[in-house]
Amino acid sequence: MQMLILLPILLPLAGMLINAAFGARLGHRTVGAIATTAVAAAFALSVYFFAQVAGAPDHAVSGNFGPWINVAELEVPYGFRIDALSATMMLIITGIGGLIHLYSIGYMKGDPRTQRFFVYLNLFVASMLTLVMADNFLLLFVGWELVGLCSYLLIGFWFSNIKNAEAGRKAFVVNRIGDVAFVLGVLLIFATFGALGFKEVFEKAEHLKPESAGVLTVITLLLFGGATGKSAQLPLYVWLPDAMAGPTPVSALIHAATMVTAGIYMLIRSHVLLEHAPVAMQVIALVGAVTAFMAGFVALTQWDIKKVLAYSTVSQLGFMVAGVGLGALVGAQFHLLTHAFFKALLFLAAGSVIHGMEHLTLTTGRHDSDPQDMRNMGGLRAKMPITTATFIIGGLALAGIPPLAGFWSKDEILAAAARTSPAVLVLLGVTAAFTAFYVGRQIYLVFFGAPRSEAASHAAETAPTMTVPLIVLAALAVLGGLLNLPAGFPAEGWLGHWLESVIGKEPHAPLDLALAGFFVVLAVAAIAFAVSLYRRFVKATQADPLERLGALHGLSFNKWHLDGLYRAVLIKPFYAGASFLARIFDQGGIDGLVNGVGALTRELSVTLRELQTGFVRSYGLITLLGAVAVVAYFLFTLFNGIRP
Amino acid sequence: MTLSLLIFLPALGALALSVLPLRPNVARWVALLFSLASGAVSLALLAGFNPAAAGFQFVEAMPWIPAYDIGYRVGVDGISIWLVLLTNLIFPLAIFYSFQAVRERESAYYRMFLLMQTATLGVFLSLDLFLFYVFWEFALVPMYFIIGIWGGARRVYAALKFFLFTMAGSVLMLLGILYIGSTGGTFDLVALQKANLWSASLPLFAVFTLAFAIKVPLWPLHTWLPDAHVEAPTAGSVVLAAVLLKMGTYGLLRFDLGLFAEASRVAAPVMMTLAVIGILYGAIVAFAQSDAKKLVAYSSVSHMGYVVLGLFALNSLGAQGALLQMLNHGLSTGGLFLAIGFIYERLHTREMGNMGGLWARMPLYGTLTLLLVLSSVGLPALNGFVGEFVILQGAFLANPVATAFAAFGMVLSAVYLLTLFQKMFLGKGREADQSDHPHAAAHDAAHGGAHGGAHGSATAPALADLTRREVAVVVPLIVLCFVIGLASTPFFDLMRASVSALFPAGVAGLP
Repeated sequence: MQMLILLPILLPLAGMLINAAFGARLGHRTVGAIATTAVAAAFALSVYFFAQVAGAPDHAVSGNFGPWINVAELEVPYGFRIDALSATMMLIITGIGGLIHLYSIGYMKGDPRTQRFFVYLNLFVASMLTLVMADNFLLLFVGWELVGLCSYLLIGFWFSNIKNAEAGRKAFVVNRIGDVAFVLGVLLIFATFGALGFKEVFEKAEHLKPESAGVLTVITLLLFGGATGKSAQLPLYVWLPDAMAGPTPVSALIHAATMVTAGIYMLIRSHVLLEHAPVAMQVIALVGAVTAFMAGFVALTQWDIKKVLAYSTVSQLGFMVAGVGLGALVGAQFHLLTHAFFKALLFLAAGSVIHGMEHLTLTTGRHDSDPQDMRNMGGLRAKMPITTATFIIGGLALAGIPPLAGFWSKDEILAAAARTSPAVLVLLGVTAAFTAFYVGRQIYLVFFGAPRSEAASHAAETAPTMTVPLIVLAALAVLGGLLNLPAGFPAEGWLGHWLESVIGKEPHAPLDLALAGFFVVLAVAAIAFAVSLYRRFVKATQADPLERLGALHGLSFNKWHLDGLYRAVLIKPFYAGASFLARIFDQGGIDGLVNGVGALTRELSVTLRELQTGFVRSYGLITLLGAVAVVAYFLFTLFNGIRP
Repeated sequence: MTLSLLIFLPALGALALSVLPLRPNVARWVALLFSLASGAVSLALLAGFNPAAAGFQFVEAMPWIPAYDIGYRVGVDGISIWLVLLTNLIFPLAIFYSFQAVRERESAYYRMFLLMQTATLGVFLSLDLFLFYVFWEFALVPMYFIIGIWGGARRVYAALKFFLFTMAGSVLMLLGILYIGSTGGTFDLVALQKANLWSASLPLFAVFTLAFAIKVPLWPLHTWLPDAHVEAPTAGSVVLAAVLLKMGTYGLLRFDLGLFAEASRVAAPVMMTLAVIGILYGAIVAFAQSDAKKLVAYSSVSHMGYVVLGLFALNSLGAQGALLQMLNHGLSTGGLFLAIGFIYERLHTREMGNMGGLWARMPLYGTLTLLLVLSSVGLPALNGFVGEFVILQGAFLANPVATAFAAFGMVLSAVYLLTLFQKMFLGKGREADQSDHPHAAAHDAAHGGAHGGAHGSATAPALADLTRREVAVVVPLIVLCFVIGLASTPFFDLMRASVSALFPAGVAGLP
């Protein structure tokens, strides 16, 4: 029974090892089938454990597999624990992960590195499961780093193009900056509590003396620093938009549905620490809200179909982080779930669009236009009906249109902001309007109007391995709201009840009709406004109607100049500093001094110098005895000299 | 007799090579045989080792110069056993790899390696200060010749610099040793530790530390290292990084912390500061290198900084992490030097600007190097992470501020090592990447925007993936990286008693 708990991790790991070892001989279809089966089996196990957790008296299943690191006072076991929160995450990871594996079989068809792709993808699932099943901070960090590795490898998957490799490296390095904060947080946790296991740490945190509560603020902020890397929050979100260089299934699985939510998961997991650190909570809420706003603003003007979705993801992660900061943990987790449904859907549908746009290139070898640039699209609804329908469902869910999933979860966070923080409410409210606008803009530009390029007029619907996952995810994006309906509805607050064993009882409010109504009207108006603006966008070379906003458009289009700022303030000085240290300070300064001393000494000790050259000439004669004799000779002259 | 056998078997091999007129292709195998024989003895040592005992085991003592109580005293404890095992892993691999890489004066070449193996084993196993010094100095000589004869273009300069720089440090240490021996009346390390006469002596601490710090090398005494590495032949670099640098950190642990505990406590803030500077400085300077070997050489400065940081945390957590990190560095940096040697033999350059796209052309080579890079970056599930984390935890308890700075080494190591990997293996390189399927090119063009377009057409020279010998040399190192990363317990268990004995107070500051 105990061993069974490892199986969800071991299955994808086994799939990875089998494909890594024998994949070259098995053929791409078999490789894809093995990888997908492994994740599907892990999904079945996740369902099983979900039921186990529901039935267990303490709402958890755990297993300890001996020590991983055991040194002096530091003891870190291979300890795993599935509770309500982990079980929920496991369903997302293996469920959506399985669908995306299936989709990838079609998407990667014909790519010579398909084997490698599925090896990475299976490793990702195993690592992500480790992250959510770990029962201590350090083991969580193992998963945390390994998903980062998979992200690095998959962003740079088509590494022959150095831009992709560069984007992967950027993601890894930026994440590592967050990791420093996280690791320092872990070090401080151990220094404070003498333990790293969640159970011990949280128990001891409850009984911490009030005067040492300040340390919890520091710990919480450090952990949050880690989350700003992995979950793409200010000031570290710059890696995520570039991460779109990876294959689209990767964007859906890793950079929308699962890995980027690891920071949210980790914060919810550490809620006991957060509750004792009100200052940190305020910081978290504000950072989340500002990130949501800034990224939403950038998404307004992007042309690349995936870039829009990438900034949207950063923005929605900001909603979740703000939710955590506001103390609306259930709302944050709820939004994490619905976002996983509709954003994975949007990315996969976007991948399907891109595939459709590539149809011309792949069949005739011609390619005249960038298949990801929405200016080249238009009118795809006639060619790709399933993709169109599912994309629109995902988009409306994202925009917060009832009764789709995103409406309910976003509303919970907005309602929490309305209760506690007007500043956060304003930022998130404006962001919600932005969201609806860019969704409307994107849907209209891609699917409506007339085709604006040859590629668009020759687009074709994609294969069933790709469209079936779209349909399943669309269903989830429609129905996801049922997971946590407001008070007064049937089956109200299911998710809240389910998570009670982990995060305690949170008050569950009825739907605030005025607030919800206001935001629905706002969203509909923003979509209508977008449609009215882009009806007149008929030629790919036309200027964006939003350019009439002047400097504001520039700010959005150039992404707040954040990358440029980092380049000027951090990267360039680092390059220059490194070059100075290496070439001038190290070689000229330190080594110059050394060589100067050396030269001086050589001049002075002629005897020694001659001895050295003598050695060089007679190297062949050196034997053990001879050398020992020489050394011993020197020793004894010196020795006799200083004897008392 | 076990330890004497272990120490002198390689030297016996060197003797055999000098006496017997062997053809080069026989001499190689004889060298490997003797090197491995010592390795076999060390496995027997491991089997007979009692992990519960803190003190020395397998002790042998014979009078040598009784007038001054100098003796041939050797013994092994939970600290030195690891360095012995590392030495006896690395030397046979280095010798075996050289079969394909070295064609000049082979018999002399292998004699040098065998002598160096004996000398380094002697350093780690000596329990007599005088004997220690003899081995310590003697270890210099073969390396001096390996660089000076089988090295690159500036080999004489690099060899001399290596020799004089390290010699300069050791001369002062010799004075310290002689002072201790004459005032203490014996050179017996165990007796001297028991007498504990110089615990607070800062001058003695200083002269020993200088010698060790040069060897480590601790910033700012590191500039001999890049020169030595760049000029040394591949196997020489492997041994230098994996084993010879450990003589420095071993010395700090055995003699500084063992004989001058109080002085170490006083000097700890200074040592930790230098270590942190070395961690960051080595990493930043590594990043600015265009020669792959030089980059890895500077990365050693950074990685060995962690070891010193852990040692001068002065708690068993930091010291055990440091000892493990000595092994880790030997495995991953030794492996990286091998990896760079592999490509140097094919391309005759180490300039990363002349490489690129190698992963597509040499997939196995790319994957194995990536694993070594990740081990060196400190990715969990591999060895480097365990060592670094334990060190940081130990150091954090002693000095949170210094540790916070040191933690930024995590970012920097990713910066320079992923840069190395990218420049060597990713992109297209100077010649076109031939292996991409047209569909991937379409994907590339499509997904990378307008940048993926032109595929070069120049025919690349044939680049064969790794040979079986190369795989056989590097895979054991990678396997051990995983073993330590996933199951560090047996490693810590074996060192616990001996390291903890140095810190009777345990870890201070824990609740």
